[in-house]
Amino acid sequence: MSNVANEKIAAYANRLGDDSLIHGHRLSEWCSNGPFLEEDLAMTNVALDYIGRARNFLTYAAELIGGGATEDTLAYERDCLEYTNLLIYELPKGDFAFTTARQYLLDEFELLFLTALCNSEDSTLAAVAEKSLKETRYHLRRSKEWMLRLGNGTEESKEKLQTAVEQLIGYTPELFEVDALEKDLISGGIAVDRAGLEESWRSACEKTFDEAGVNMPQAVWRVKGGRTGFHTEHLGHLLADMQFVQRAYPGCQW
Amino acid sequence: MQRVSDETLIPMLPIEEFERRERRRMSPVADIWDLLDRVKDPEVPVISIWELGVLQDITVQEDVVTVSITPTYSGCPAINAMAEDIVDCLAAAGYDHVNVQTRLQPAWTTSWMSAEAKRKLVDYGIAPMQKDDEGIQCPHCRSVDVKLVSYFGSTACKALYQCKSCDEPFDYFKNL
Repeated sequence: MSNVANEKIAAYANRLGDDSLIHGHRLSEWCSNGPFLEEDLAMTNVALDYIGRARNFLTYAAELIGGGATEDTLAYERDCLEYTNLLIYELPKGDFAFTTARQYLLDEFELLFLTALCNSEDSTLAAVAEKSLKETRYHLRRSKEWMLRLGNGTEESKEKLQTAVEQLIGYTPELFEVDALEKDLISGGIAVDRAGLEESWRSACEKTFDEAGVNMPQAVWRVKGGRTGFHTEHLGHLLADMQFVQRAYPGCQW
Repeated sequence: MQRVSDETLIPMLPIEEFERRERRRMSPVADIWDLLDRVKDPEVPVISIWELGVLQDITVQEDVVTVSITPTYSGCPAINAMAEDIVDCLAAAGYDHVNVQTRLQPAWTTSWMSAEAKRKLVDYGIAPMQKDDEGIQCPHCRSVDVKLVSYFGSTACKALYQCKSCDEPFDYFKNL
């Protein structure tokens, strides 16, 4: 085991938990709003996997943080500036093409990321990754199929997919940013070197885009800030919704 | 349509599953393991948490019973219900101090489920997992002429299929 301070591992687990939680929440917004019943179920099932993943990461972060922190205090009692999720996760769910494109781009990323995280020196992070990876393989099967269906579908579905990808592309470089914290953890064998995943990610995506007849644009613009608490305006609205009950009735239990 | 039943294959038991069975076989608290056979999967109430591969270990220290379970899917809501049912089941038998622990590693896999558990799934109307999701059989009429309707069914662990012979929709317990 490396001697990297627990504090840093806690912060790392916290960010991975934030990514999963916010993504899971966005997907859960499709509940009862899906284009048809099966897709409604599919998106909420994927949402559940992400929320479960978030619970695993946040419980571990809370354990390392100590001092009464729990998965719930981390999820419900932090405001925007303390949330460290990447921006791509917090963007509003948009239409079905937008949700599908985001899910696909993230599934390809998660597949690479979790595969690498399985080799973490930190046995808890590796265990969560091992569990989540199986689920992600399954998510990817579905999102990839939808990319092909929308891309090769009607003029309208193709256009919506192309528009969605162009709206998303500038948020993808942040997935591969490595900051000082992660640099430290990478040298300790704990964290994944995100930067090293970009090439494989891009070539996997390009292959699917090609089959779907949609252009994979270059990210000529890019935004970042999630890891340091600089978020889009959308996160505040999401948290207001997600945290409402705990804010209105602090400490309430089912 | 050639079918190979589980019984004709030489069973390959995954090492984790072998160890899990050994833990039960060698356990000094066999009565508690037996008691927990009464706790079923709330989503598939014909299968016990033992048969599902969720119940991993039971240890007793002083008067505290520690039960280790492995969740099926990260977000499976049934895992909380199972933990509560374990506590209730043991409380009814006089064990007041029960601690339910979640164990993530090794990650749960459908390959831990026994042939017996698969038979129970079929009787309940759920097609059991098949290697690489191939050769799935309708639990109602046994036809293998089936089609995938959705990757996600009524719960995280199931996909939705329809039989092209008898037209009935059915749940398929996914490989994981």
